[in-house]
Amino acid sequence: MPRSALTGTRIRERRLMLSIRQGVLAQTVGISSSYLNLIEHNRRRIGGKVLIDLAAALDVDPTSLSQGVEGAVLDTLREAADDHDMASEDLTRLEEFVGRFPGLADLLVSLYRRSNDLDRAVGELSDRLTHDPFLSASMHEVLSTVTAIRSTASILRDTPDIDPEWRGRFQRNIHEESVRLAESADALVQYLDADSGDASSVTATTPHEELDTYLAGHEYHLAPLETGQQAAQMPDTSRLKSSAGQSLARDYFDRYRHDAVAMPLDRVQSIVAEMGAAPMAIAQHFGVDLISAFRRLASIAATLTIGPVGLVICDASGTLTFRKPIDGFPLPRYGAACPLWTLYQSLTQPSVPLRRIVAMAGRNPKRFLTYAISQLSLPTAFDQPPVIQAAMLILPDTAISDDLGVLPETPVGTSCRICARAACAARREPSILAQGS
Amino acid sequence: MPKRVLLVEDEPNIIEAIRFILSRDGWDVRSHSDGATAVATVTAMPPDVLILDAMLPGRSGFDILKDLRSQPETSALPVLMLTAKGQVKDREMAEAYGVSEFMTKPFSNADVLATVNALAVK
Repeated sequence: MPRSALTGTRIRERRLMLSIRQGVLAQTVGISSSYLNLIEHNRRRIGGKVLIDLAAALDVDPTSLSQGVEGAVLDTLREAADDHDMASEDLTRLEEFVGRFPGLADLLVSLYRRSNDLDRAVGELSDRLTHDPFLSASMHEVLSTVTAIRSTASILRDTPDIDPEWRGRFQRNIHEESVRLAESADALVQYLDADSGDASSVTATTPHEELDTYLAGHEYHLAPLETGQQAAQMPDTSRLKSSAGQSLARDYFDRYRHDAVAMPLDRVQSIVAEMGAAPMAIAQHFGVDLISAFRRLASIAATLTIGPVGLVICDASGTLTFRKPIDGFPLPRYGAACPLWTLYQSLTQPSVPLRRIVAMAGRNPKRFLTYAISQLSLPTAFDQPPVIQAAMLILPDTAISDDLGVLPETPVGTSCRICARAACAARREPSILAQGS
Repeated sequence: MPKRVLLVEDEPNIIEAIRFILSRDGWDVRSHSDGATAVATVTAMPPDVLILDAMLPGRSGFDILKDLRSQPETSALPVLMLTAKGQVKDREMAEAYGVSEFMTKPFSNADVLATVNALAVK
């Protein structure tokens, strides 16, 4: 489809609706009838003054004519302008710019999106380099080996009168360390190669990551378990390589089946169709706790029409034990998350259901509706330590109804290291990103 | 009587290299590789200078340093921390716990020798 297809069609539709002849409109805006005809049939690009004049003659806002491909370009350029505090006088000429230089505008949009992608990749890689246990151990191994080689080689170079026995011993040490260095480097390269090209698809290194990867591959919806199939019959479990990962998966499958029995899919779908993603209503309807209702909504989101649903669960230490991501709300893969998340606020108020609108820091700050609660597991014996877990359901801003829109908005981030909110009172360490809102 | 340095390090070839360098300079070099028992070893016979690795099996060098500074026998012991953990926060943590000198791996032999000698006369 040509770039201005929708624009031309809209102009034509608006003109016919107002019963204005093509020649009259062309004369009004100072162009030829044939040129207007080409525009209306989407054979000419349009923007800038001509678009503004046509919009005025047709008594509509220029953006209502240029929505569509150009509208998306304009929206993205406005986002970019906001991010970089562009002068307001330049902003008023964005439409003209897009109209006159569509190729350049596309390029800017592409570069802006690429920049955002790279920011996200930097954040993820930084998170990984800082906290990935394999990388940390590998780098320590490499540095220790290099240290031994350098120190020993220096001795051989700087000590010409060295005893032959010592010389032989040091030569042997260098050989041993060089073999070890080669093996360490090879393992490191293989590890990094496995993830090359996509910073977001990182090899699972922990049992929880194995389970995350497995569930993400099924969009977190395990259809066989909805119909009572046994956990042992679940497909593709060979991806769960470690016995710990398999054990976590078995527990997850059992919990999933339990939730599916307690909250049948069709009945939850009916409630959601009537009330939207209303976890409290679901919990009350089925007589289950809120965390179960959160889990159920997250696991069947792919079958609902409420858009994406994110979910995080943590234990009392704040460690994330379950992560279902949602676009625009990055979850740290390693290390601690943002202490301002509703999830952690709920740990300070056990059993109190919390509902907060949060704004995630970033180049394109997005709002989310979050529900959270922390629950104490019932003890099964006397004198057992209390076991607390907290969960936070994350819904996109389309779930924020007018009555919820009055709630205060809490600014949050992913984790301090990759959060640009410099003035945050809860900051633990400086950010590696440029300062922002 | 030669001055004594205790090297708490778990890499045998690094131990051997440092032992050679310091021995040739007249030092009595002892080594210990287990982080869990390092504090007891140092306390039993405090050396003139302690060289301490940060990442050790059993217990981290930072925790060892913290314990040494908290007891009177070793609170003023000159400690050179050698570590592959060279980030600013690691250096700051070592300084907060009272390290005398901090050196990152890989190091030069000359620097280690000069630093140990300087610590011995402080």
